[in-house]
Amino acid sequence: MSRKINVAIAGNPNSGKTTIFNAMTGGHQHVGNYPGVTVEKREGTCTRDDLEINIVDLPGTYSLTAYTTEELITRNYIIDEHPDVVVDIVDSSNIERNLFMATQLMEMNVPLVLVFNMSDIARQRGLVFDTDKLSSFFGAPIVMTVGNKSEGIDEIVSIIVETAFAGPAVVTSSITYGQEIEEEITKIEAALDIEAELVRKYGKRWLAIKLLEWDKEIVDKGHSDKVLSLVETSREHLRKVCGDQPQTLIADRRYGYISGACQEAVKSTTEMRHDMSDRVDSVLTNRVFGLPIFICLMYIVFQLTFSLGKYPMGWLESLFGWLSVFVTANWPGPQDSQILSLIVDGVIGGVGGVIVFLPNILLLFLAIAILEDSGYMSRAAFIMDQIMHKIGLHGKSFIPMLIGFGCSVPAIMATRILENRRSRLTTMMVIPLFSCGARLPIYALMIPAFFEPRMRGPVLLLIYFIGIVLAIVCAKLLRITLFKGETIPFVMELPPYRLPTARGVIIHMWHRGWMYLKKAGTIILGISIILWAATTYPQIDDSKLAGLSDEAAQTVQIQHSAVGRIGTTLEPVMKPLGFDWRVSTALVGAFAAKEVFVSQMAIMYSMGETDGRSEALRQHLTADYTPLQGFCIMIFCLISMPCVATIAMTRQESGNWRWALFQGGALTALAYVVTLTVYQAGLRIII
Amino acid sequence: MSDKTEVKLSTMISGETAIFKDVTVGDGLRTRLAAMGMFTNVEITIVSNSPRGPFVVNVKGSKIALGRRMAEKIVVIKK
Repeated sequence: MSRKINVAIAGNPNSGKTTIFNAMTGGHQHVGNYPGVTVEKREGTCTRDDLEINIVDLPGTYSLTAYTTEELITRNYIIDEHPDVVVDIVDSSNIERNLFMATQLMEMNVPLVLVFNMSDIARQRGLVFDTDKLSSFFGAPIVMTVGNKSEGIDEIVSIIVETAFAGPAVVTSSITYGQEIEEEITKIEAALDIEAELVRKYGKRWLAIKLLEWDKEIVDKGHSDKVLSLVETSREHLRKVCGDQPQTLIADRRYGYISGACQEAVKSTTEMRHDMSDRVDSVLTNRVFGLPIFICLMYIVFQLTFSLGKYPMGWLESLFGWLSVFVTANWPGPQDSQILSLIVDGVIGGVGGVIVFLPNILLLFLAIAILEDSGYMSRAAFIMDQIMHKIGLHGKSFIPMLIGFGCSVPAIMATRILENRRSRLTTMMVIPLFSCGARLPIYALMIPAFFEPRMRGPVLLLIYFIGIVLAIVCAKLLRITLFKGETIPFVMELPPYRLPTARGVIIHMWHRGWMYLKKAGTIILGISIILWAATTYPQIDDSKLAGLSDEAAQTVQIQHSAVGRIGTTLEPVMKPLGFDWRVSTALVGAFAAKEVFVSQMAIMYSMGETDGRSEALRQHLTADYTPLQGFCIMIFCLISMPCVATIAMTRQESGNWRWALFQGGALTALAYVVTLTVYQAGLRIII
Repeated sequence: MSDKTEVKLSTMISGETAIFKDVTVGDGLRTRLAAMGMFTNVEITIVSNSPRGPFVVNVKGSKIALGRRMAEKIVVIKK
């Protein structure tokens, strides 16, 4: 029978945690989300003899307080899931700060293994460790590794196995917080006797320390009034006697413990010098060159994603086109079969619509993985922070927004780089306002139909500009209403620059692609089929189509379909915006994908589905609508209801249908108000 | 003492060194700073301080970027 153990990997951001995780698990891993939050959960397995080791890569955190979602996840995972071993990855070139979390893990009384990663850099910096001594100070075995060269990985596995079967850890050492604090801890511990349930779960000492630190989550665990009032008294006492907040005093003591341990067990043979990173930073974050370099890099990312992605996208489109033709040609039954239509237009069209985004997503995440793993991403945030802060967003929000000009789907996925949930949701909500590539065919059709050549460029720019301004206004509004809360002051580590490893980058890219296909893909496919049905049913009687050309029959059919009926029903509502039933119907159809608007308009004018005949379509448009109406149609397309894929992506990334529906609803409402204002004001000014 | 004046971190210039004294923010953020290595009596070196935008300090060998508003809330003792 095979045996199993569970291992959790914790550690500071940039400590090389994920590199170690990748090296241990190889390809055997999968990425998901922690329930209800947008933090990625990476799990993998490795085997040693007949032992199966399940490994969870916990989010990178600096400590185990309750300050960020990541910290809470890490802490709760350790408490609730009882991993057999917790591995704390420590950047050994920056030992003191990295060991801070180790002190907190020690207190949780978990079987701990310390991994001193990046030991090559530590050696270069002249640090020599007495691992035996350190190991006894922190009550955990220590393994030296170089993660990006896969050195020491086997040893980690061996030590994990040893630790897992060593039985309950014998606490050899613990941090003492000095007489004043220890006295209070003892008092609280005594009072905690009445809360047997909580004590069993968390341990008495840990609970007492957390209460003394006034850890929000632990305080709200339903303690008795007696305990809480005692804690209050203790805190007040410490404030008075020591003149500082208890949590600060406790942190000070922890660092004191670490620096004491380091003084005894770590020797520094050379003075630290300015390293390569400083020199690179003096260029990349330069006051003058920083921003232009950032913009150039972003331009490259954008180009890589969309220009390079264009080719595989083209191949995929041809492949699915060919598949449709092939299926139709070899269909055994009659050509107007409903099942054939479902397979070709619904399923093949739907699957094609999902897979066609894959090259974009893979390339985008390849670029993001390189930017993140090299350490540039935090510099980018730093450079953009000043500007983005003004609209209440994080410096990093700039990246998904920029990607939004290409396509909202990868852009919403790119919001993963934002750690703060409020910033992330705000960014997600406004991304569709950055006019995506699929809306360009609409503008390309409309603008030449209504505007003379010298006006065409400026009108196009104006549309994009309106989108950007609205995005800024909405982001600001969201931050002061729904996603209210302090803008977290900017504090961020700038990790040393590192060469990304090919394995890390590829694993990263592959997981994102797979996740997209699996999660968002199924939703997109489902809605595509529903939309197909809505444009096909209810079917009109063949007798009513007698004598009509194919194109005219299509027009009558779509008018008869659910989409056509919705469009017609909506006409009175859309009238004040200057839209008739044709435009309304095409807008409903455009929910499948924005560019569908063009082909739907063509069907409305009985011109078949080809958009190659746009000149003829333009003549119809020019005859039936005023330039003001044309402009309003574009504005509405820009702002309103994002496409199915975007909504599905928002659902997936926010973890909740509510946000996806809110996004669709609010943007449509905004589109209505803006278009109404523009149209009504326009009417009065022009006449 | 004249050479040990308390100042805001934001007033320091590149290359200067200071000792972290206190920070006037909520407990959460204070703990966060502590976890990142910034707590009482730690030596901080200012790596860059440009008139606009966040600035960078070196604490125990790691570089940390701080927003200007953050830097204004940190009190240090100039060395």
